[in-house]
Amino acid sequence: MNMDEYVLEMIENGKRMDGRKFEEFRKIEIVPNVIKNAEGSALVKFGETQVIVGVKLELGEPFEDTPNEGILVVNAEFSPLASPDFEAGPPGEDAIELARVVDRGIRSSRTIKMEELCIEPGKKVWCVYVDIHIINHKGNLLDVSALASLVALLNTKIPKIEGEKILRGEFEKNLPIQFKPINVSVCKIKDKFLIDPLLEEEEVIEARLSVCVREDGKICAIQKQDSGTLTLEEIEKMIKIAVEKSKEIRELI
Amino acid sequence: MTGKSDVKLLVDGKRLDGRAPLELRPIEMKVDVVSRADGSAMVKFGNTIAIATAYGPRPLYPKHLQENRSGILRCRYNMAPFSTTDRKSPGPDRRSIELSKVIRLALEPAIFLEEFPKATIDVFVEIVQADGSTRVTAINAASLALATAGVPMRDLVTACSVGKINNTLILDLTGIEDNNSECDMAFAMMPGKEKVTLLQMDGLLTEEEIKNLIKIAKDACLKIYEMQKKAIKEKFK
Repeated sequence: MNMDEYVLEMIENGKRMDGRKFEEFRKIEIVPNVIKNAEGSALVKFGETQVIVGVKLELGEPFEDTPNEGILVVNAEFSPLASPDFEAGPPGEDAIELARVVDRGIRSSRTIKMEELCIEPGKKVWCVYVDIHIINHKGNLLDVSALASLVALLNTKIPKIEGEKILRGEFEKNLPIQFKPINVSVCKIKDKFLIDPLLEEEEVIEARLSVCVREDGKICAIQKQDSGTLTLEEIEKMIKIAVEKSKEIRELI
Repeated sequence: MTGKSDVKLLVDGKRLDGRAPLELRPIEMKVDVVSRADGSAMVKFGNTIAIATAYGPRPLYPKHLQENRSGILRCRYNMAPFSTTDRKSPGPDRRSIELSKVIRLALEPAIFLEEFPKATIDVFVEIVQADGSTRVTAINAASLALATAGVPMRDLVTACSVGKINNTLILDLTGIEDNNSECDMAFAMMPGKEKVTLLQMDGLLTEEEIKNLIKIAKDACLKIYEMQKKAIKEKFK
C-alpha cells in the first residue's frame, strides 16, 4: 500500500494519521514580535508547519483612485529551505495564489483603517508590506500564513518620520487595526470534511474551500482550491464549519 | 475599498447599462474562430471578449514533466495590452498567474485526463476587450474550445459572475460594477452534473447572502449552458 492509499483508508475509517478528529486543529503556537528589524512580525506554527511574517512600513505615493488611503502589499516566498518541492526563483503560481488570497482576506475585511495611513492626501501615505516566509511546509500553508499575517499586523507600529526620513526604531503609534479576520480551509475527501490538513492528507484531498471570517460572522473571502468538485450543499456545509472553527483560532490571539 | 461605494450603480432598480439586477448582458458565442487550433471559440459578455484555443491531447515535452497515470492540463489566461482603458503592460502579472491556475482547476474536473497518460492538453485564452467578468468569460470560451477540439469531457464547464452593489445582489458584473462592488464572486460549474468547479469571493457577506448568490449564479449558468450547447451545434449544421 502506498502513502496515499493508506491516508485515504484511514480517513474512510474516520481516522487521521496523527490521531486528530476531522474538525480539530494541530497544536497552534503563536509567537509575536520575533523580528527586531521589522515594524511588526510573528511566527506561527500549526503542528510542524511554520511560517514567519514580517511587516515593513515604507513611505510612498497613494494610488490615484484612493488618494486618502495607505497601500497594502502582500507577498509570499516559498523558499527551498522549507520543502524539497520548493524551488528557488521568482514566486510560482502557488505562492502568488496564497499571497493574493491572504491579501483579499485582509483587504475586504477592512482589517486595517487605510485612511489613517494617509500623511499627505494624494502625495504621501504609508505602504504596508506584509511578507510571508514559509519556514517548514507540513500542510495547510494558507491558514497558517493568514494567521501569521494577522498577528504580525496586530503588533505593527508606525515609525516616527522627520520630513522624508523614517526614524527606524522610534515609533509614533500602533498600526490602526479594526477587525480580526481568520482563514479556515475546509477539505473534502469522499464524503468527509476535515480541517488543518497534513501534507500527506493534502495529497489525497479532492477539493478545499478556504473561507475568511470576521468576528461579526461576515465572510470576507472565499477561494475554492484543488481540482475536485463541490455540490451546493457541500459548499454550505463547509462554510458553516469554517465559521465555527474560526472562533477557536480567534480566541488564541 | 472604502470611499468607492459612493458611485451610484443602481438607479430606480436599473443598472448603469439599463439592466435589471439579475439580468445577463447580451451574450454571443462562436466556435471554430481560429482555424490553426484543434479547437477554438469566441465568447462575448457585453463588451468583454475572450478568444480561446485548445491544442491536444499532444505529447508533453520535456519528458520529465510527463505523468504516467494521466495527462495534464495547462492553461494560460492573458489580457491583451489594448484590452483595458489604461494600457496593460504585456506578459503575465500576478493576477493573470493566479487566474491561469484557477481556470485550469475549474476546467480539469471536466476532462478525462486519465485517458491520456504522458500527454498534455493546452488551453490559451486571450482577453481582447475587458469590461468585467473576464475570468468567467474566459472559462466559457475555454470550455467550448476544448469541446470543439474533440477532447473527451464529462460535461461543459459554464461560468458567470455575481456580486453586490448598493446593497443589491446582481448578476454578470461590468468593469465599473466590479471596481465599485461591495462584493464579487466568480462561479463555475458542470451544469449537467450540478458540480461546482470554481468559487472565488471577496467582499463582505453573510452566510445567507452567499447562499443566495450561489443560487443566482447556478440559475444563470443553466441559461449560459444552453447557449454553449447551441454554439457547438452550429458547427455541425
